[in-house]
Amino acid sequence: MSNIEGLLKQHGTPEKEVYLDWENGSVVDKEVYAEMRPFYLERTFGNPAITHHMGWETLDFYMKAKTKIAEPLNIDPQALALTHSFSESNNLAIKGIAKMNKKRKKIIVSEAEHLSVIHTAKSMFGDQYKVEIIPVSNDGTMNLDILHEKIDNDTLLVSLQTINHEIGTIQPVKEALEIVKDKDDSILFHTDATSAFGRIPLDYGKVEVDLATINSNRILGPKGIAGLYVKDGIKIKSIYEGQLSLEILSPDVENPALLAGFAKAVEIQFNRFDEIKNHTQNLRDKLLYGLQTSIERTEINGPSGERRAPDNVNISYLGCEGEALTVECSMNGIYVSSGSACTSRVLMPSHILTAIGRKPEEAHGSLLMKINRLNTEDQINHVLERMPKIINRIRSITGGIEL
Amino acid sequence: MSSRIPLPYAPRVLELFQNPQNLGRMEDATVYAAAGSPACGDMIAFYLKLNEQNAIIIKSSFESYGCASNIAAASQLTIMIENKSLEEAWKITWADVSDALGGLPSVKTHCGSLAVGALRRAIRTYYKEKEIKLPTWLPEELSKDEKHALEEEALAEKLAKKYKLLEKKD
Repeated sequence: MSNIEGLLKQHGTPEKEVYLDWENGSVVDKEVYAEMRPFYLERTFGNPAITHHMGWETLDFYMKAKTKIAEPLNIDPQALALTHSFSESNNLAIKGIAKMNKKRKKIIVSEAEHLSVIHTAKSMFGDQYKVEIIPVSNDGTMNLDILHEKIDNDTLLVSLQTINHEIGTIQPVKEALEIVKDKDDSILFHTDATSAFGRIPLDYGKVEVDLATINSNRILGPKGIAGLYVKDGIKIKSIYEGQLSLEILSPDVENPALLAGFAKAVEIQFNRFDEIKNHTQNLRDKLLYGLQTSIERTEINGPSGERRAPDNVNISYLGCEGEALTVECSMNGIYVSSGSACTSRVLMPSHILTAIGRKPEEAHGSLLMKINRLNTEDQINHVLERMPKIINRIRSITGGIEL
Repeated sequence: MSSRIPLPYAPRVLELFQNPQNLGRMEDATVYAAAGSPACGDMIAFYLKLNEQNAIIIKSSFESYGCASNIAAASQLTIMIENKSLEEAWKITWADVSDALGGLPSVKTHCGSLAVGALRRAIRTYYKEKEIKLPTWLPEELSKDEKHALEEEALAEKLAKKYKLLEKKD
């Protein structure tokens, strides 16, 4: 028996399981899967760029599917590039823009961006780019005064996420966009809307960002497909080589089954937008404030009220180390993740929690729980019932160690 | 290597995490030492009760602010040193602890190292507090695992400094 099999056997299968780790992995919705299945087994697997019946059949489907995805964003389907992942979209938004706009050499991003934005920006150092990282407040909001200060006529691009993936901060994208465009209309503005698409209304006809990253698997679509909105007229180029087909920003990305799934996920999410938002928000509040009131020495990470994403619960439990917490939660059938150093490869606490001023020992004790439309009230009750015991046990192991 | 296997704990790690042996503060300990730091999210307190006639460890216990492998490594070490002489206990290495746990993932080897560092610090503290001449098996110079604990504590200090800078900025 391998170590991993032995580990699973030692763990056992909990009687009741509650999955709240939607940030790190998600299931495909049943209806989405039903929509994808025929594209693998039965029809329209042809390449939409080729001139034969099967190709044209796929092309017809392809255009309709992209229209479905573009519609809730109020954008032209032709302005939506398909990519393999949100990380690729974020890479493209920086590197692909830099390739075509060589005169300006400054990139500005917020300190709380996803690493696919921060690391990509920093990777430009080598090409003599200047990278400005704008600090965030203690609830994760980008400091707009500093943004204003740092913009100059050498600035190529500003990237600010719509919702923070870890602490749920809804960023002031509209205000930041106005600041940027008021100062210099030719500075490009990208928003990583990975955690926002399907969660809050986005209208790029009104809030005229130049580039936006959207994602399929965060709304229970398949993994392996995402999008990058590129406003008409913006110059951008693919960042790796290959045979380009219908999609001109990412070679080899046309995949009818994944696209069918993505489009179906969008359809479900937006047809039921208000219902899903109310459901997740109610469960979020129940969980967030339930945990905060039933457990001592906790701190909520991120904003409260209207400026918090409807699906985000992130709390630091002082006196607990987060990796141990995730394992203890797992024993209780609750699957979550932590911003603790020990859960990361580099053994550093989450850069977002340190950016909002959390002390390392506060960051180490954090747990991220995300609420999905598939979660039920019964599941949240289970979490509320178990968490005080989980925290007590881990605190008892910490014992008298003074933090 | 083009891919990584994330944290495949051995079953023994989970077993000790679920049911840690020798957990808790010892009120009548002969000697106590801690290693690591809360800033690193990794700290172990080690308690030893000795028969001072023959320098044999009668019992030991631990507290841990750390991940599952940190807890398991400390607990495993308390089991390994029961009824051992201080000299025998000193000679246990992090590799011995890791082996007894069925192997720690490479990113977690420092957890085994920290447990050993805490134990060795306790042993050294004992001789220092009692003002007994160091036995020949106990080198004047710090061992690798003790140094590791120091390094981790230095890193914690660095993190704390970084945090203070942030405070000023606000």
